Amino acid sequence: MREGMFRNPSGCAISGIFSKSGERFTGERIIDSITVMHDRSNGLGGGFAAYGIYPEYKDYYAFHIFYDNKSVKDTTEKFLEEHFDIINLSKIPTRKMKSITDEPLIWRYFVTPLHTKLASSQLDEREFVAKCVFKVNTRIDGAYIFSSGKNMGVFKAVGFPEDVGRFYRLEDYAGYCFTAHGRYPTNTPGWWGGAHPFALLDYSVVHNGEISSYDANRRSIEMYGYKCTLQTDTEVITYIIDYLHRKIGLTLKEICSVIAAPFWSTIERKPEEERAELEYLRNTFSSQLITGPFSILVGFEGGLMALNDRLKLRSMVVGEKDSTVYIASEEAAIRVIQQDLDKVWAPKGGEGVIVTLDGGNI
Amino acid sequence: MPVNYLYPEYEIVRNYDRCIVCRACERQCANEAHEYLEDKNKMVCDDAKCVNCHRCVSLCPTRALKIVKSDHTFKENGNWTKKIINEVYKQAGSGGVLLSSMGNPEHYPVYFDKILLNASQVTNPPIDPLREPMETKVFLGAKPAKIERDENGKLKRNTPPHLTLSMPIMFSAMSYGSISYNAHESLARAAKELGILYNTGEGGLHEDFAQYGENTIVQVASGRFGVHTTYLNTGAAVEIKMGQGAKPGIGGHLPGTKIVGDVSKTRMIPEGSDSISPAPHHDIYSIEDLRQLVYSLKEATAYTKPVIVKIAAVHNISAIASGIARSGADIISIDGFRGGTGAAPTRIRDNVGIPIELALASVDKRLRDEGIRDNVSIVVGGSIRSSADIVKAVALGADCVYIGTSALLAIGCHLCRSCQTGKCNWGIATQREDLVKRLNPNIGYKRLVNLMTAWQHEIKEMMGGMGINSIESLRGNRLMLRGVGLNEKELEILGINHAGE
Amino acid sequence: MKRIYVNEKWCLGCHLCEYYCAFASTNQSDMARALCGVKINPKIKIEENDKISFAVSCRHCDEPLCVKGCITGALSRKDGVITIDRDRCIGCYTCILSCPYGAISPSDDGAVQKCELCIKTNGGKPQCVAGCPNGAIVFEERGE
Repeated sequence: MREGMFRNPSGCAISGIFSKSGERFTGERIIDSITVMHDRSNGLGGGFAAYGIYPEYKDYYAFHIFYDNKSVKDTTEKFLEEHFDIINLSKIPTRKMKSITDEPLIWRYFVTPLHTKLASSQLDEREFVAKCVFKVNTRIDGAYIFSSGKNMGVFKAVGFPEDVGRFYRLEDYAGYCFTAHGRYPTNTPGWWGGAHPFALLDYSVVHNGEISSYDANRRSIEMYGYKCTLQTDTEVITYIIDYLHRKIGLTLKEICSVIAAPFWSTIERKPEEERAELEYLRNTFSSQLITGPFSILVGFEGGLMALNDRLKLRSMVVGEKDSTVYIASEEAAIRVIQQDLDKVWAPKGGEGVIVTLDGGNI
Repeated sequence: MPVNYLYPEYEIVRNYDRCIVCRACERQCANEAHEYLEDKNKMVCDDAKCVNCHRCVSLCPTRALKIVKSDHTFKENGNWTKKIINEVYKQAGSGGVLLSSMGNPEHYPVYFDKILLNASQVTNPPIDPLREPMETKVFLGAKPAKIERDENGKLKRNTPPHLTLSMPIMFSAMSYGSISYNAHESLARAAKELGILYNTGEGGLHEDFAQYGENTIVQVASGRFGVHTTYLNTGAAVEIKMGQGAKPGIGGHLPGTKIVGDVSKTRMIPEGSDSISPAPHHDIYSIEDLRQLVYSLKEATAYTKPVIVKIAAVHNISAIASGIARSGADIISIDGFRGGTGAAPTRIRDNVGIPIELALASVDKRLRDEGIRDNVSIVVGGSIRSSADIVKAVALGADCVYIGTSALLAIGCHLCRSCQTGKCNWGIATQREDLVKRLNPNIGYKRLVNLMTAWQHEIKEMMGGMGINSIESLRGNRLMLRGVGLNEKELEILGINHAGE
Repeated sequence: MKRIYVNEKWCLGCHLCEYYCAFASTNQSDMARALCGVKINPKIKIEENDKISFAVSCRHCDEPLCVKGCITGALSRKDGVITIDRDRCIGCYTCILSCPYGAISPSDDGAVQKCELCIKTNGGKPQCVAGCPNGAIVFEERGE
């Protein structure tokens, strides 16, 4: 059984660390944080997203790919060569661990689209890359691009997240932002691609929850050219954010007002101008409203957004110390890596927390 | 006297131990089925005149009356049923087309009854609508194709004209003429109080009801009765009626006997003349012609009102809907084959069209496949009988439903299906003054408000059970549906899994 | 002061108010048993001709001629309701003659009868109002 063959709701743990000053730190800390929430996962999936880890290749898309076997790898590489200039390729370094089994072939490529291909596609560069990722993931059976952003990478596997972190030697990577996910699926998938974070380009999503609007969201987003092959909430949320942010051009704050829209009763109490804007967003993007419990961390180039569902049906705590922001399902997962916090709070349902690198733009 | 081939279908049973001879039954029966025998101080009745409308039964203060199905029978025959034999007799006697009213009563599958809803357990909490907000507000109309910002980066309000409803329900088109002034007043006042809309049908808008304009959809049908610029601009939306579920492919015919007084004035045709709506719009023989009418109406209303195109659910519905979605219409309304009517040829009503559930599922899918679902909202009608039907319709992909028959039931209709006689004992489908006054709009509108309020509560309960707290997250959410007793093809068309999957 | 008002616009002339009125004064629980075979003599009556009908019952006038004319003091007005003391009524019918609305009538046992807003029989809930199927008879407070 693989993700995509059935609908697989999960409970979960999430954690994230973001350094606004851009100071880089290693993956050690995020592993320590997610370890505390061991009981929130059940060993069936763990993963990390790390930003700022490939400064030497920051202008190239970093593809992380799972292959079931060598022949699929050859097919995929042929496809990549036809569409991209491959600057560098290597196996992703891992550490043998008893608790991590059935590992696929895991490869990393730094690529840039071939000019001729890009020009003839009449697409902008990011759309071209996204289309290629979809093509590999839906058309080449046994190959799966699970990370495709610039200067960032996703690392995920079936197992407890702390084991997954050590398996991928996260201590050897340094970045300004890490997010982590421990999974508690209600079915038993054995496929690594199904673990989280889910990522497209530089957007990565870790998510705890089971959304009740899933099929409404899926059917609407598929109309805009996305394919929800995994049937997971995280996948559809990622696509919605990609669509609203990259394709439509909404700001992250506006996106929060779409996917975790304020209730009409709240909107009615707002001043006229704000009320009209919120109504406009709810009406125009009604199919992108997400209901049911969720807490999500959305990583993107230069920033991190945390958001709870409109009723706050999942726990999520934010802590701040100097220029570092910590966000986790449980406060304990923050305290274990930063005992001394300047500020700690639980954001309200629908209240997005958006942090960016100092001087950066959203 | 010719031989009478027809035996009454129903018998009026009077319990003489309970009859107090108040004569209410006699006074209330426009069909004159009851009679008072002065010399015997006794009530008697003629079953042949009874249409089984329950007016006498409902008003009898001692419950002395009931109507039962006659057990008079032909020799049993699985093929030549009593109904079919009687219809042959009727036509052999009259030489005419059989007429019927209200929706198709035959035993075709009701797909709503073969679909079950989901509820949350463990992994995701149900939401209690008594404790948490539960939203049913709906917008109907096209969505902006893209966002635009002003020089300060603020989002421009570029939403095309749309309707805002407090819940995904509207009262469907029923013309003044086919139903009474008091029925219209009940619908209009209820729509206003509820924050929804009612629909004039193609009989024009009585001047008294212009005050409910914000809650009115004005219809333009093939006969163009009562259509003028003020009419178009009084409503909140304009609906082009291309077809009706009860009689796809044919027009309407309101007999001259109903074109009296204000009905004639409102329709702008002479008293006593038959009001005949042609089968097609004679300016629309193709999709490009429809586009012209859509834009003519938009011109006439200065692009301030959404235009609805209403079509009957027929075989090729998804292709037709796709064409309409590209023709400038803001809302498509689809009327299923069980939709009601004030009068239709029986054969058409009972044999033409397709179920609304299948039509809706296939239209919603087609518009999504073509990437044009945001161009239009979908409103479905044609036998929406309960809040559960509404929840299922929305989950299949509808933005909103039209209800006609259930609204009439709320104001007294007993589905005797005799509207075409014009002698509606409940004051609904009649223009006879003494009958019209039986429907007091003060009571009628309140009953409509009650029904809609009750349904809204139930919709919220069902949504809450699924863990959904806003109706837009239910729209098209087919994972919330499971089929029971449906075959593969039916499941495929409905786009749902079978229960247990 | 709540009074009974009729609205001829909604009166269907079904006469049910008369029967509910008659039933109200029987003090029985089943209308069929109470009125089967009985010729009723109600205190509310439908006036009708071709196109119009409406119910007529006592208006409980502020300056009631019936009370003024009653020679035994059987009729009296208290808290806005005109009631009759049947023990005192001698059946002289002066009230019947003086009521401009024809709202008082002879009863079956000698005394006169009139609408007393069901205060003696149904706790002040007029049964003609409750029984009217079309809201043509209402019991409500109206500014004079």
